[in-house]
Amino acid sequence: MKKRRPVTAGSVVFDIIIYGLLALIAACMLYPFLNVIAVSISDYSSYLKNPLRILPGKLDFSAFEYVFSSSLILSSYRNTIIITIGGTLISLTLTILTAYPLSKKHLKGKRAIMNLFIFSMLFSGGIIPSFYLIRSLKLLDTLWALILPGTISAYNIILMKNFFSSLPESLEEAAKIDGASDLYILRKIIIPLSTPIIATIGLFVCVGYWNSYFSAVLYIRDQQKWTLQLLLREIIMSANTQLLSSGGNLAEISKDAIPPQTIKYATLIVVVLPILCVYPFLQKYFVKGMMLGAVKG
Amino acid sequence: MIPKVNLDRFFLRIGSCTIYLGVMGSMSAINAKRLQELQTTKPKKKFQSYFLANKWLYIMLIPGLTFLFIFHYIPMYGIIIAFKDFNVVKGIFNSPWVGLENFKYLFKSKDFYIILRNSVSISLLRMFWGFPVPIILALMLNEVRHIHYKKTIQTILYIPHFISWVVIVGIIYNFLSPSTGIVNYIIKSLGGEAIAFLQDERYFRSILVISDIWKESGWGTIIYLAAISGIDECLYEAAIIDGATRLQRIRYVTIPGIASTIIVLLILRSGSILRNGFEQIFLMYSPLVYDVADVFETYTYRVGLREGRFSYATAVGMFQSLVGLILIWTTNRLSRKFGEGGLW
Repeated sequence: MKKRRPVTAGSVVFDIIIYGLLALIAACMLYPFLNVIAVSISDYSSYLKNPLRILPGKLDFSAFEYVFSSSLILSSYRNTIIITIGGTLISLTLTILTAYPLSKKHLKGKRAIMNLFIFSMLFSGGIIPSFYLIRSLKLLDTLWALILPGTISAYNIILMKNFFSSLPESLEEAAKIDGASDLYILRKIIIPLSTPIIATIGLFVCVGYWNSYFSAVLYIRDQQKWTLQLLLREIIMSANTQLLSSGGNLAEISKDAIPPQTIKYATLIVVVLPILCVYPFLQKYFVKGMMLGAVKG
Repeated sequence: MIPKVNLDRFFLRIGSCTIYLGVMGSMSAINAKRLQELQTTKPKKKFQSYFLANKWLYIMLIPGLTFLFIFHYIPMYGIIIAFKDFNVVKGIFNSPWVGLENFKYLFKSKDFYIILRNSVSISLLRMFWGFPVPIILALMLNEVRHIHYKKTIQTILYIPHFISWVVIVGIIYNFLSPSTGIVNYIIKSLGGEAIAFLQDERYFRSILVISDIWKESGWGTIIYLAAISGIDECLYEAAIIDGATRLQRIRYVTIPGIASTIIVLLILRSGSILRNGFEQIFLMYSPLVYDVADVFETYTYRVGLREGRFSYATAVGMFQSLVGLILIWTTNRLSRKFGEGGLW
């Protein structure tokens, strides 16, 4: 449709400005990452020569060797992976199970249950009562404290529910006549049809767990239970990077040789990389899912 | 011979017959009552069969509702800590009531006015500078006609949304570092003096707002792009026939087409004016900038969990939640009036 628009000189200038500006903005978004990556894999002397670089100078991966030789980083990595996978699975299951009945127009008591969920979005007990709850459940300093409180999100349930409602009812009716139970319909018909929204919400939840920091600040003291974000924060804030070497097998790398900044940048990359790797594959799903879920919000 | 047992049965039958007759006799008297009973039992049965027919749907709701109850509603009950002199050893039940003492203390303290001022002004600054950016970006993206260029730009714009504040603040710390940071490297190479941006009250809020825009603007375009895609293509065709330039088409077709979305988002945004989120500010601030940076979330955390004043901190949090609830409820009603349905 848009092809039929007349091409004038003004239009071309307009295009150039828009395309140029967008390219500039995109460059602003990418620059910090490129710079951090370039510095983390370069020799420090090339950083000092040109700190603004986006291309690596003399390659030097010793910062990464150092980071991965730290036992603290490995245990944090393990903890983060556990809470991310565990949290995403539990959360997706709960969200699907809750959203499906609520997507039924005829369900009695639906309105009241929806209101309970919506109210939980608008009002919360706050930090202290939540902390006290976790303490009373004896979950302090366990990974469960990082997984369980975030599993139910009213927002995700509403997104999922809206998607389910948009599916044609005739499919379910046909299965119902054949004697299928609701559970069977959900498993065999609804879930296979809902991959875009499940991928979308799965991505949100997964990224949320990977990036979560506040709950770890609240509930985790034990260094063995630290998550990546918590560790990264401590490394960024410390003047030296001694933290990483505690208990680690540093082998032949002497820690004085690697400047703290390079190590900090290498740790940053180690924390971000999994997200950046998953993102392009799920990206095609989530925009679609967002828009479908937002219909009749 | 009729066995005894059968005789017994026979008399029993007669007995029950008399009872039956007796009941029938009194039937007319309680006829109205019985009718009522019938009317009430009928829907009850209907409800039971409805429930049975949909039992899986209700069973599916149980786990979600259990989690909701435990992790959202029990903490709401825990809010009574704000009205008590809470002591961890005694627990919530046994701690003595103090009424509104904690709130009185809150409203008298100087801190309250500082955090209220900071919370409101930081979110106003965010709204003023940050709100228009996704709209402008979406309008620009909509003008891009090469689908691959558009997709690439969008992919890049969405990335920062998925990066944690810990990482972003980590980058900011290093970039702004007075000794090794690249920003000060530029300032120094231009002949200026190094500035400790994050420790300076003059720059702190700007850094807060800019980093927020950098992280969330790209993501914010999605909703506007969805709104734009809903505009009828005929309007553009008509505008072209009328000789409208591209700027005029944006001004007179696209912007009016997404105006209701803009208004609703603006209203809803102003409903969360007391909320600034915890992580970004907590990660960036330091005692040097508390005066301009401390907001409800960070203050609650500090006095509650660092200083151990549980009751007072709960009162602070409750004030924020309660005023926030009223604000968002009001703004949601407002946005419904604009015919856009609001949040729920």
